[in-house]
Amino acid sequence: MKNLLASTALVLAFAVPALAQDYTPDPAAKQGGEITVTYHDDVATLDPAIGYDWQNWSMIKSLFDGLMDYVPGTTTLRPGLAESYDVSTDGMTFTFHLRKGVKFSNGREMTADDVKYSLDRVTSPATQSPGAGFFASIKGSEKMADGSATSLEGVKVLDPLTVEITLNRPDATFLQVMALNFSYIVAKEAVEEAGADFGKHPVGTGAFKLTDWTLGQQLVFERNADYWRAGEPYLDKITFQVGQEPVVALLRLQKGEIDIAGDGIPPAKFTEVMGDPAQAALVVSQASLQTGYITMNLNVAPFDKLEVRQALNMAINKERITQIINGRAKPTGQVLPPGMPGYDPAFAGYAYDPEAAKALLAKAGLPDGFETELYVYNTDPNPRIAQAIQQDLAQIGVKASLQSLAQANVIQAGGEPDTAAMIWSGGMAWAADFPDPSDFYGPILSCQAGGPGGWNWAHYCNKDLDAAAAAADAMTAPEQTADRMKAWSDIMAKVMADAPWVPVFNESRYTMHGPRLGGANELYADPVATPINFDYIYVKE
Amino acid sequence: MASYLARRLIQSALILLGVAFITFFLLYILPADPVRQIAGRSASAQTVENIRRELGLDQPFVIQFLRYLAGLVQGDFGRSYLQKTQVAELIASRLPATLLLMAAGIACELALGLTMGIVAALTKGRFTDQMLMMTSFVTVSAPQFVVSLILLYVFAVQLSWFPVGGYGTFRHLVLPAVTLGILGSGWYARMMRSSMIEVLATDFIRTARAKGLTRVRVILRHALPNAILPVIAMIGIDIGVFMGGVVVVESVFAWPGIGQLAWQAIQRIDIPIIMAVTLVSAVAIVLGNLLADLITPFIDPRIKIR
Repeated sequence: MKNLLASTALVLAFAVPALAQDYTPDPAAKQGGEITVTYHDDVATLDPAIGYDWQNWSMIKSLFDGLMDYVPGTTTLRPGLAESYDVSTDGMTFTFHLRKGVKFSNGREMTADDVKYSLDRVTSPATQSPGAGFFASIKGSEKMADGSATSLEGVKVLDPLTVEITLNRPDATFLQVMALNFSYIVAKEAVEEAGADFGKHPVGTGAFKLTDWTLGQQLVFERNADYWRAGEPYLDKITFQVGQEPVVALLRLQKGEIDIAGDGIPPAKFTEVMGDPAQAALVVSQASLQTGYITMNLNVAPFDKLEVRQALNMAINKERITQIINGRAKPTGQVLPPGMPGYDPAFAGYAYDPEAAKALLAKAGLPDGFETELYVYNTDPNPRIAQAIQQDLAQIGVKASLQSLAQANVIQAGGEPDTAAMIWSGGMAWAADFPDPSDFYGPILSCQAGGPGGWNWAHYCNKDLDAAAAAADAMTAPEQTADRMKAWSDIMAKVMADAPWVPVFNESRYTMHGPRLGGANELYADPVATPINFDYIYVKE
Repeated sequence: MASYLARRLIQSALILLGVAFITFFLLYILPADPVRQIAGRSASAQTVENIRRELGLDQPFVIQFLRYLAGLVQGDFGRSYLQKTQVAELIASRLPATLLLMAAGIACELALGLTMGIVAALTKGRFTDQMLMMTSFVTVSAPQFVVSLILLYVFAVQLSWFPVGGYGTFRHLVLPAVTLGILGSGWYARMMRSSMIEVLATDFIRTARAKGLTRVRVILRHALPNAILPVIAMIGIDIGVFMGGVVVVESVFAWPGIGQLAWQAIQRIDIPIIMAVTLVSAVAIVLGNLLADLITPFIDPRIKIR
């Protein structure tokens, strides 16, 4: 097993996205070969405006491209379909210069009109894109959202290879949004022809093209011979088989019938696989940009008291919880995961100290503890983790009864202002949409997200921090990046001073691949193309 | 006969309407929001409301249900919320696999179950009978997941006689069908045994024996057709069960049947798929029972349809 976490995380913590830097291809990489990947669930859709789960996320990345992209295996931005871009001095206008001669998989050349069409499409309510809100900083996006416009005012085609995008506010995350799946460029005529079935008949500029989709059985991707990145991708063909139980997928991988078990190593088999050196050598582990946490609802007594929330932060034995999941995670005391820019390796958070926790409870006027409820997603290992939390809380006199429910019911309860006192986020935990700290604040800790139906399940609202977050995201100049990340570290430290969460651990992702596959470990544990970057892996012999 | 059929069909339609209403209502009052599932984590409140409106989920229950029925009458099952594909297309793509597994599974169940039941009835109270009944008890209570995995591990992984899951050839079909046959055979064995014992004790069997007919002939020509009646009714119900999907077996053997589709849809509150699978399986149960009732008079002329 190879662990990539520590060194890269520290380097990345305050790194400036250097656009000049690019990827050095693996000298051993060879073109050709076919691989088979299995999943249990059906692939929902390959429409980049719609697809939003960890399974189709990396598949869509191989079929489409955005104006921006990431250096494979890293969180560093690099140019994509835009060869370069200019930013106005106020940071409000971006001019993207597109590459010449980029072709869609239907053979037509991509132009600036396609960029405009794709952005109009994703922000149009009729498309039902879950990601429409990411484009809120583009001028005219609010008119798209309320249906009073059919085209984004802020996106202008200057000539066939130049697009100008005007914002309504400075937004330091804008280039990340332009690298997000939702902003990928689609071919207008293909969308119009397929209509609502575009997700089954995708046409993009990506490294692969979809050549067969047998519903409920398999999908076949073949190499796009016209791909604009010369010499890429390496694989000729990828077959994705669906409907396969993870335990069976592992058996088939061990037999050499498949190359990647897409759902990972089943928990029951983990110790066995890792105990065998030959198999463990094929496992790549990487901390994902994810944090597992317990939310404490500030609207529900006694979590309105700061001392109570702090006490619970000291009461949880996080080491023991990571043991429950075979050590597939690292304990943490802060909101941001390692590897995320803005993560502060020096921040320790609240240390495990049940005695101090009891003292804090006494100070809050609750020397005998209290009774409360802990909501948890009913799929293993989450109920077991919740039981460990329950036992830890009992140590300081807090009696938590477990509400073990289906995912959708937990999410529903979390969105209501005063229903769920505590929620263990496992199975629904926050993983980054894009590698920027703001993604761990706006949707899960801001005042707005604390409204009904939001994901701020602690219903935490600190207006000062909302203002600080807005100020940080207005620092758009590249030379301000270090200051901006510092500002985000401060915001997250202040969040933890208010303690609306008990951050518990950062999960690692384990991918096992067959012995005939090559490519750097980072490609099998890509922090952005979660988890596998299909464009750069290759077959060895 | 014609009026009987008409009456039964009208009854069936009412039953299906009731099933549709109850399922739709249960999904409506569920304390979980399908739009949240579609919109995912980062969606803004505006995005969530836009999606809700586009799907018509902002309408009152009665309007939603009537709209659904109106679509249904025109043969439109709607589009999946998450897969954005026509539900009819999703169901149709899985129907051949489901029907094939159903036919093969029921055939295995019958072959195993009826044999066990007849042999047990003939050896009533003796060691063979006791062993068979114990076996049937074990197969009925064995967890699907365990039986599927054991068969898969032994015959596909270790012996490599069959492929490790998948769909397409006869060799792919054997293990899942045999698994289902083993799991379901116990029900048939027990039913066949008690029915057979009852029939064997009747006067006409004694008469047949007294006439000097061979034992085999008495059993096959006289006892079996009479004893099999309750079994036929049970096949009718079984068809419905299979059409609703055999989730675990499908999942272990990567069999692209309707059960997998249903299971995923339930996880994600994909209402159009849940509704369609429920209705397809209800139609299968209703038709299966109707067919069983229609077939009975041909096997037992004493029964008349009125």
